Amino acid sequence: MKIAIIGAGIIGSLIAREFTKYKVEVEIFEKLPDVGWGVTKANSGILHAGYDDEPNTLRAKYCSRGNEMYTELSEELNFKIKRTGSLVAAFNDKEVKILEELLKRGKINGVKDLRILSRLSALEIEPNLSREIVAALYSPNAGVLAPWEVAQAAVENALNNGAKIHLSTKVESIFEEGEKYRLRTSKGIFLFDVVVNAAGLWADELAESAGVKVTPLHPRRGQYILLDQPNVVRTVLFPTPSRAGKGILVLPTIHNTTLLGPTSEDLLPIEKEVTETTAEGLSKVVKKAKKLVPLINLSKTLRTFAGLRPENDIKDFVIKRESNMIHIVATRSPGLTAAPAIAGDIVGEIVEKLNLQKKDDFHPIRKAIPKIVDMSDEEKEKLISQNPSYGKVICRCNKVTEGEIVEAIRHGARTLDGVKFRTTAMFGRCQGSFCMVKIMNIMRREIGENFEEIVKNFPNSHIVDGVVR
Amino acid sequence: MKRLEYDVVILGGGAAGMGAIRGALSQNASVLLVEREASTGGVLNQCIHNGFGVRVFKKELTGPEYHEMYLEKLKGFDAMYEATVLDIDSESRLLKVISASGIYKIRYGALVLATGARERPFEALRVPGSRPSGIFTAGLAQHFVNLENRLPGRKAIVIGSGDIGLIMARRLTLEGVEVEGVYEIMPYQGGLTRNVVQCLKDFNIPLHLSTSVVKVHGKERLEGVTVAKFIDGNPVSGTERFIGCDTLIASVGLIPENDLVDKEIEISSSGGAVVDDLMRTSVDNIFAAGNNVCIHDLVDFVTVEGEGAGQNAARVAKKEKMPKRVGIFKKGKGIRVISIHYTTATIPFKMYVRVDHPMDMAILRINDTNLKTVLNAKPSEMIEFTLDPTKYNLKGEIELSAVEAKR
Repeated sequence: MKIAIIGAGIIGSLIAREFTKYKVEVEIFEKLPDVGWGVTKANSGILHAGYDDEPNTLRAKYCSRGNEMYTELSEELNFKIKRTGSLVAAFNDKEVKILEELLKRGKINGVKDLRILSRLSALEIEPNLSREIVAALYSPNAGVLAPWEVAQAAVENALNNGAKIHLSTKVESIFEEGEKYRLRTSKGIFLFDVVVNAAGLWADELAESAGVKVTPLHPRRGQYILLDQPNVVRTVLFPTPSRAGKGILVLPTIHNTTLLGPTSEDLLPIEKEVTETTAEGLSKVVKKAKKLVPLINLSKTLRTFAGLRPENDIKDFVIKRESNMIHIVATRSPGLTAAPAIAGDIVGEIVEKLNLQKKDDFHPIRKAIPKIVDMSDEEKEKLISQNPSYGKVICRCNKVTEGEIVEAIRHGARTLDGVKFRTTAMFGRCQGSFCMVKIMNIMRREIGENFEEIVKNFPNSHIVDGVVR
Repeated sequence: MKRLEYDVVILGGGAAGMGAIRGALSQNASVLLVEREASTGGVLNQCIHNGFGVRVFKKELTGPEYHEMYLEKLKGFDAMYEATVLDIDSESRLLKVISASGIYKIRYGALVLATGARERPFEALRVPGSRPSGIFTAGLAQHFVNLENRLPGRKAIVIGSGDIGLIMARRLTLEGVEVEGVYEIMPYQGGLTRNVVQCLKDFNIPLHLSTSVVKVHGKERLEGVTVAKFIDGNPVSGTERFIGCDTLIASVGLIPENDLVDKEIEISSSGGAVVDDLMRTSVDNIFAAGNNVCIHDLVDFVTVEGEGAGQNAARVAKKEKMPKRVGIFKKGKGIRVISIHYTTATIPFKMYVRVDHPMDMAILRINDTNLKTVLNAKPSEMIEFTLDPTKYNLKGEIELSAVEAKR
């Protein structure tokens, strides 16, 4: 039994890993050069509590369950989550009414420990929140994580359990061919018994190619500003939501920076690669974030970025089954939170339908890249005595060592961004100006590439261009 | 965990740190240098242009020559290379250092911070557009060209007119890279006039003042930028112009590197360590010198500052009683940066200041007394003078100001 997963974003990765628990052959197809580089890379990285989603939607069905599943998942796959809690701030009585509705909705959705706090109690939890708030909805179960780390971890664990991955391989179309499915890709034709389409922004077009009608997608752009201003907020701070969405947030990231954003701009369906930031978008982020947290210090800007979320007109996930083909479309917010629950259900469904057998030797644990900066002195000493390169700091901003960079390469990093998103080297306040050359020299030694061949991320994103005469 | 103990520990082996080693050794202190890189020299190693050493060696040297010649003066200190300080505990006088040979706890009698500065990266400017490769700080481009022998690209623009940016405009031109121009958001240059003349004018590279980037283009590698005129920090609509280029060199400011100590010692509004005329910070046995105090124009000044810091650190480590601070300097009208914030009013000392806007003629004043007249004063050029406590009243609050005058 051969199963194809199209898309190594968070949903595809978790589905692939889930399938490797069974006696099947799993192959992952990813258009980009690394895992988790699409929608998964550039969003807010929040574990939502689940009060925001209208009851009877798929979002409501999967959000709070997915949230709970992350605790065990993070232990097995060794990625970090932080249950920071979240606050939705109301600035006037009209907004308090909306908080009350959210509270009701949360109860229907089965969200635990949700409550409305007075102004003072909210300020006690979040001292830097604007003094102008009148109340806030608090959920202790919301949290933050780095979504790409989940995709990396899930894919690594899937590969360890026998899956295969085809990176930089675009699936162009799916054809039913008798009992099987023929995938036409940029690297040839492949045949599979089961196909899961988790192609993110392109899931609608891919479903269409297989003759399956789904609600069309358009990208919704979110622009962000990342600040080197740790601990300015402790929880995920939302304004009161409006028709346009959850609004512009201020939140602590898992890497101890502060994230502002996103905007919510509906782009045309043909604009699925338009990830530019704009002057209007960034100034909107600044204005709204400062309203929530006046202490925001923009001189601490690390960088800006923008990501696209797959949106449809019904504002809900669409999961379409067509014999042994499943299309997962419009995994907009809270897609990240919902992902483990979606993966569990979809794999469960196929397992039951095709009567798949469990493997005896599935190994659920993925070993993470050591993180020197998080270790006790004794742990550091022990690791350095085994491998001295764990004592050589390469990224001075985030204290990432040579050993970690070598390990990231062994975990699959082939580009500077591959190293960055596995180690946090170059993520800090110098944005790589001190450590990039050192990292390129390590890559040259470990992978055997020339300086000229090393790229930032995509094939034409080389760093240097030739030798000084 | 290994334990070490020294009279004076110096963080950073660049120009200031080497000066501090010399200063501390001159007082017969035991000295340990903790350096991140594999050797001393800091940024001097990649500064292969000349202009160094006019004060200290009385001749014009390149950065590596300056480093080598100064290193010859240093005998009898210990050093840990490729070692990074993880933590400073100023109450117990303990440093925690990580290196390939393990974790060290090092007790110091006195500490000298000589951690230099870092460049503000282009990303921090929040310029809209895409995020391709091909964007470098001037120092990173200099590292690629001078130490790795690699060209960053074929057609470059330089954003910001700081000294390293100007020097890189010339360096890239000499290596056959087309440098389209240097763009400065302010109505005046950011670097030394000497560099504007020798690096831009002599090579016909245009300097566009009040102009900067408003958009970055290119998905994978940089394909171009849109520049526009700026007034008071805001782009003027209708003045946009596209420039095709594959390389952007950013020289948009240096930031004093004080991340390790910003909770331990007083830091000025410009990010520098606040020091007195002994180069002593707000903690009695922690000294600072060089670009982590304030951004200097000349390496020679940094060396001299380091020497003083090292000497005084050794005196403190040897329990010598040091004078107390009796005067505090305030930035008055026309002054953006001052190097020394407090004085003990015991010995004459050097003060460096920067004016806050270009002045045809600036009269520098200490309280109500005229100190010095400077023609063509610019924020980019440090003004240096000696303050002698026998000549001026340096007790209490002392205001330094610069008044614009007609020639």
